[in-house]
Amino acid sequence: MLPEPLLEIKQLKKYYEIKKGWFQPMQQVRAVDDVTFTVYKGETFGLVGESGCGKSTTGRAILRLQEHTSGEIRFAGRDISGLPYTEMRQLRRKMQMVFQDPYASLNPKKTILQILTEPLRVHGLYAPEERVQKAIEMLEIVGLSEYHLHSYPHEFSGGQRQRIGIARAVILQPELIIADEPVSALDVSIQSQVINLLLQLQRDFHLTYIFISHDLGVVRHMTDRVGVMYLGKLVEQAKTEELFRSPKHPYTRALLSAVPIRHPDEKKERVVLKGDVPSPLNPPEGCHFHPRCPDCMQICKTEKPPVVEVGDHVVACHLYATENR
Amino acid sequence: MNQTTVTESNVNPQLLKKRKAGSGKAGFYLRQLKKSPSGMAGFVIILIVLFLGIFGSWVAPYDPNLAELSKKLLPPMSEGHLLGTDQLGRDILSRLIHGTSVSLIIGSCAVVVAGAVGTTLGVIAGYFRGWVDTIIMRLVDVVLSFPFILLVLVINAVIGTGLKNIILSLAIAGWVIYARVVRSEVLALREKEFIVSCVATGVPRWEIILKHIVPNLFTPIIVLSSLQIATYIIAEASISFLGFGVQPPQPAWGNMLSEGKDYIFSAWWLITFPGIAIVVTALGVNLFGDWLRDVLDPELKGN
Repeated sequence: MLPEPLLEIKQLKKYYEIKKGWFQPMQQVRAVDDVTFTVYKGETFGLVGESGCGKSTTGRAILRLQEHTSGEIRFAGRDISGLPYTEMRQLRRKMQMVFQDPYASLNPKKTILQILTEPLRVHGLYAPEERVQKAIEMLEIVGLSEYHLHSYPHEFSGGQRQRIGIARAVILQPELIIADEPVSALDVSIQSQVINLLLQLQRDFHLTYIFISHDLGVVRHMTDRVGVMYLGKLVEQAKTEELFRSPKHPYTRALLSAVPIRHPDEKKERVVLKGDVPSPLNPPEGCHFHPRCPDCMQICKTEKPPVVEVGDHVVACHLYATENR
Repeated sequence: MNQTTVTESNVNPQLLKKRKAGSGKAGFYLRQLKKSPSGMAGFVIILIVLFLGIFGSWVAPYDPNLAELSKKLLPPMSEGHLLGTDQLGRDILSRLIHGTSVSLIIGSCAVVVAGAVGTTLGVIAGYFRGWVDTIIMRLVDVVLSFPFILLVLVINAVIGTGLKNIILSLAIAGWVIYARVVRSEVLALREKEFIVSCVATGVPRWEIILKHIVPNLFTPIIVLSSLQIATYIIAEASISFLGFGVQPPQPAWGNMLSEGKDYIFSAWWLITFPGIAIVVTALGVNLFGDWLRDVLDPELKGN
């Protein structure tokens, strides 16, 4: 059976304009530059990359929390990239988000009951008493209890708050959840609990995840397919196992080699990148990665790399372009 | 209260909604008030001022406009006149008490009007940005470019004196402070993750504004109002002192100061007592506002 695409992103771009002064030309930051990928029903798609590479912006642009510059966002076959606020609002029942910072993502003036029933209320689901019942059920599913209903967010620990954030996203029974670094603000011991909760919810509610993270260990554990981002561009995507076994793009190789080894006897080749991530205000010509690339060729300095399929991988790199092989 | 919460939630969570309304909340605030001496002081001052403002005509020992020239400029503690009499022989205590209601009405009404207008425009400017923001904020800049007292005075001179017009002129000159403060708060709030998460949840825009942004504005608005109410009381006193505002013979703290200033070296009590009344009222409102700010923050409720 062919997997059914749930979300198709085509040439998504998000540029920020920066005013330097009255008489200077506007400068552009290409936070997300021409990103194309597809997420299939029931899978977990990971977006990885270092900070500032545009993975969170991509996530927020998909949910229209930030207006994108151009591109197409197809959700369940429907282009949602131009929908006005009110129409988009209806659709949000089907696509939810879990935020990175559990301390900032819950309104400090609302009780847990209010936070959890609000999604149901604004979408007109269930009668008021049933909503309370649903909220209690959801709290129990995420490992909290009815006892917490009337507490305020500040009375909880980070892990508990993140559970509440997850409960709020799942209570609408959406099809897609974008999890923007859902565990990176948590202690390692709590991280695994929250990850297991996410996996359990995925099984129980048939959820599709876009999992944004910089933690490769977590991504390897969580995701079915991964997209690697560098400076606003998607440089490689492949099945998770495939990507971790044989990374194609030089950046992916360097990134994966930075994962700490699991056993002191494990031998591993370390690819160390030179220099820093260039400023997105002034990205390098040609391939954005070329100044740091260990396999840089002449063509990389002038021409943008083509997107090519190499086995199961989709790679944006001159190394794999047919004419260079 | 925590004890009752626990038992209630074991019984039936739906019943717990009652915790929101009713005696529980008032009791909570009263208990908080007892813990804070300065808040209590402010509260007591406000109660006294309110009482005098409302029941002043029954409490005051004399008619505030009853002039007995034979008893003019009596010093404080004179027989029958606790705070003395003024240059026309009118009882200062009675005039102070009658002036309370003027200050109170002007201060509170002006804060309500200015706060309502300023908050509404500030929220609109901050939430919707764009050209609406530009128009509102340039208007604010224009108003702010005039000194507050001068503007109040000019508006008052144009639209005429009288209680309603004083309130109106204070509000016209005062809403801009609210608009500025509220706009900057809203700008910060709308980028907060919990507001973004409301958008992600699919909450309608007006509901985001009314239920998520506005409640988070209460704290700054209350603190600002406590400062502004004092400012307005002083501003009313100032313009009454300058001859606009409340017109004699109606007693107001401001025009009592104004009339008494000629006797500043010979009869100090003419200006001292209205001055003290202004200071104490402003202080009381400020203390109470500070306390309110602390208590309205749910993160402090546990302590």
